[in-house]
Order: sequence, then structure tokens, then C-alpha cells
Amino acid sequence: MSCALRVAGLRFSYPDGTSVLDGVDLSIGHGERVALLGPNGAGKTTLLLHLIGVLTAADGTIEVGEVELRKESLQEVRSRIGLVFQDPDDQLFMPTVRQDVAFGPANYGLRGDELSNRVRRSLEEVDSFELAERAPHHLSGGERRRVAIATVLAVRPQVLVLDEPTANLDPAGRRELAELLETIETTQLIVTHDLPFALRLCRRSLIMSEGRIVADGVTADLLADTALMAANRLELPHGFELSGA
Amino acid sequence: MSGSHAHALYFHGHSAVHRLPGAVKLAALFVYVLAVVATPPTFFPAMVVHVAVLLTALAFSELPVGFFLRRLLVDIPFVLFALFLPLVGTAPHIEVGFLSLSVPGLYAAWNIIVKATLGVGASVIVGGTTEVPEIVAGLERLRVPRLMTAIISSMVRYMEVVGDEFKRARIAMEARGFRARWLGHARPLATSAGALFIRSYERGERVYQAMAARGFTGHMPDLEERGPISPGQWATGLAPAAVSLVAAAAALLLT
Repeated sequence: MSCALRVAGLRFSYPDGTSVLDGVDLSIGHGERVALLGPNGAGKTTLLLHLIGVLTAADGTIEVGEVELRKESLQEVRSRIGLVFQDPDDQLFMPTVRQDVAFGPANYGLRGDELSNRVRRSLEEVDSFELAERAPHHLSGGERRRVAIATVLAVRPQVLVLDEPTANLDPAGRRELAELLETIETTQLIVTHDLPFALRLCRRSLIMSEGRIVADGVTADLLADTALMAANRLELPHGFELSGA
Repeated sequence: MSGSHAHALYFHGHSAVHRLPGAVKLAALFVYVLAVVATPPTFFPAMVVHVAVLLTALAFSELPVGFFLRRLLVDIPFVLFALFLPLVGTAPHIEVGFLSLSVPGLYAAWNIIVKATLGVGASVIVGGTTEVPEIVAGLERLRVPRLMTAIISSMVRYMEVVGDEFKRARIAMEARGFRARWLGHARPLATSAGALFIRSYERGERVYQAMAARGFTGHMPDLEERGPISPGQWATGLAPAAVSLVAAAAALLLT
């Protein structure tokens, strides 16, 4: 079966010997929207940094589409993986939103009208075209999040990866983000602690713990498995009813 | 450009000077400052021309005079330094009241005060009418190496972020009863500055990762989207600086 993203046997330890990834295996099909759940320190962010080749695994492979991540294919893989960082302030670094959205596609050689059309379309996809000339640090949290997604969509990735996308968003911003992600057809991997958010958006979830994928299944089933949840330090918010979701 | 709100140094407006491209204003500023600095300080007619040029530009920029004067206060350290010179300068001296002032010192003071003030004034007009992205774009247009403009623009971008982090750290310290009042309190402040440095360094790493994730390989891409600058815009923008340049050249020839 062809996969949008396939990770096999990925291992990584810090120089002091602490093992962070202990044989991660996962695969995500084209067009799927999958949540990656897990407690703090499970290795989720480390895994994401491997997907874009910032960290290099001691062992194991990563394939995006048909391309395996190697030194020679680094740029190719980075153009296929769109990673939205947890803190939009890390992602948005140019003086204006327009320039920030143009940064990615320009790195891959787009110029002129093609580039400005790509910027416009990407901002329209996240309903933020009116922010084009604004400075990123003068935007609200929700606006920053949408623009950060646009900067990544502008590269036209095959897989959109979001690291804690609901962090620092108010409930309305969180709902708007969910509605936005539902409209984006790109394959999505959403790393989150926000279990109701995962349940709303993703039929399938993976649970990561101590550097391994320990469960893979239908989100609602995983969240209903109280023993599994407790073993992995996952908790639904107080008062949240699974059936009511 | 009206959307990207700015910056304490910028004054929102739609004057003729606001509309000029950043590159033109920066080039004009450079030429003007060069002309002012090259003018012999004792050739007063040229100095009068420089002042007239500055005031004309100020009038066209429609910046409020109060705004302009407040920004001009940056000049004060130089002025204070300059006022010190007549007291310590060499002979000959002239007696003013109970003070004995050095004549070369007085000229040196005049030289510093007038040139610094004209230079700061011109910078205030350019800064007040040009938003930061436009200044950075202007520098790029003037062929300043892209590495430098990238450093400038990320400095501007993250100054506020780092400033906010420092503010939060200070509030957290004050919330626990700390108030910086005397020198002995330098230690906690230095510690928090150190922590801030580490945090900024780590943020730098994350920003770089985010750039790398979008295909950055060490060269800033060319994001030039602005239309070409017309000869008319160059001519209008450079005209005042050219007047000063002529005045400076005349002064150099005549003294």
C-alpha cells in the first residue's frame, strides 16, 4: 500500500545516552487525518524534528510519499513535509505576513507572479488574506496560528504536521482552528494533548509513550479504553463525556 | 503599507515623503549626511542651506513638529559632550562672564552640535516616514548584502519578543517581592539576563529549524515584490540632498 508517511524502526538517543525514540513504527495513508497523542516527554517533538531531518536517527527509516529521507533527499523531503511549530513566534520571522508566506515557496525557486499567486491562495485557504501586510508580532494568537499554517501550506506539502496546534488558543480560536483544519484536504498528522480536539478531527489516533507507538486505532475507542489511557498519562478534561462528542 | 502597525519611530501618514520608496529616502539620507559632514563648520552659508533643506523636508513629510523635536532628544548625549569641549580646549581663550572658553573648543562644539543635530533630524524624518519592512527592502535594493538585511529584520522582529520575555521575568521577580533598588541587586538581574540570553539562543535555534523545514539552506530568497522606482521618484527624493551636496562642494572650494 502506498503511504503518505511511513516511519520504521526509528531510534534516537541523546549524546548522554538517554533514549528518546525506541523503535517508532507508523504509517499514514494519503488523505488521512491522524492524531498523535502522548504524555509530555514521550518523544513526540523529537519524532517531528526527525521528519524534517533536523535530527538524524541512529537507526530506522522515514519515507514521505515514495522518497526516503537521506542526506541527498533532504530538501525534497522537507518540501513534502509541512511542519507547523508549536510556537508561531518561532515560525513567523519575516517583517510582514506576505513575506513570511513567500519564504518557503521562494526557497524552492518560485518567483514573480507564480510566487505572489501562491502566497495569495495560501492566505485565502486559511481565510487570512487581509493580514498580508501586517507584521506577525501584531497579530492575535489565533491569527498567528492561521498564518503559520499558511506559511507551510504555501510549500504545497504532501503531509501537514502540526505540533500542539491548540496551545495558547482560547476556546473560540480552538474551534475556528478545528473548522479550518477540516477544510484542508492535505494528509494531516496532529500532535496534541488536547484529546477532545483529536476526537473531533481525527478518526484515527496513535498513542506514543516512552519513545514507541503503543496504540493505534479509532480515536473514540482509544479514548474509551480507561486502562490504556491511565497507563499513558492521558486524561479527558473533567466533565467531558465521550458519547456527547 | 498602512496595515503593518509599527514602531515607535514611525508616524503614520500619507505625505509625499511617506510615499517615496525606502531606497530613495535611504540614499538621500546618506548623501545628505555625507554633505553635512563634509562641510567646513565655519562656512555658515552652507550650514544655512543644510538647515533649510532639513526644514523643507520636514514640512513636506507632514510630521508634527512636537514628534520631530521629541525624537531629536536622542542627540542630547552628543550635545552634552560638545558643551564640555570649550572648557577643556586649547588656547586662544575668550572670556564670557566668569568662564574662560577655548576658541577651538567652541568651534569643535559648534561642529559636533550642528552636524549631529542635522544628521539625527534627517534620520528622524526618514524613520518617521518609512516603516521597518520598507527600510529593510530599501537596504536590499541598495545592494546591502542580504545577510545583513536578514540580521536587521530578525533583530527588529524578535526585539519585541525578547523584550516581552524580559518583562515577564521582571514581573515574576517583582511578584515575589524583588525590587531592583541598589547595586547589590545587580546579581539577580544579571542572572535573569543570562537566562534570557539562553532562552533567546534556544529560540534562535527553533527559528532556524522552522526556516530549515521550509527549505532554507543558508541563502535568503529574493522576495522583491515592489515595482521599479521611477526616475521621477529618484529625482524628487534626491533633490534636497543634491542641494546640500552642492552647498558642501561650494563650501569646500571657497574655504
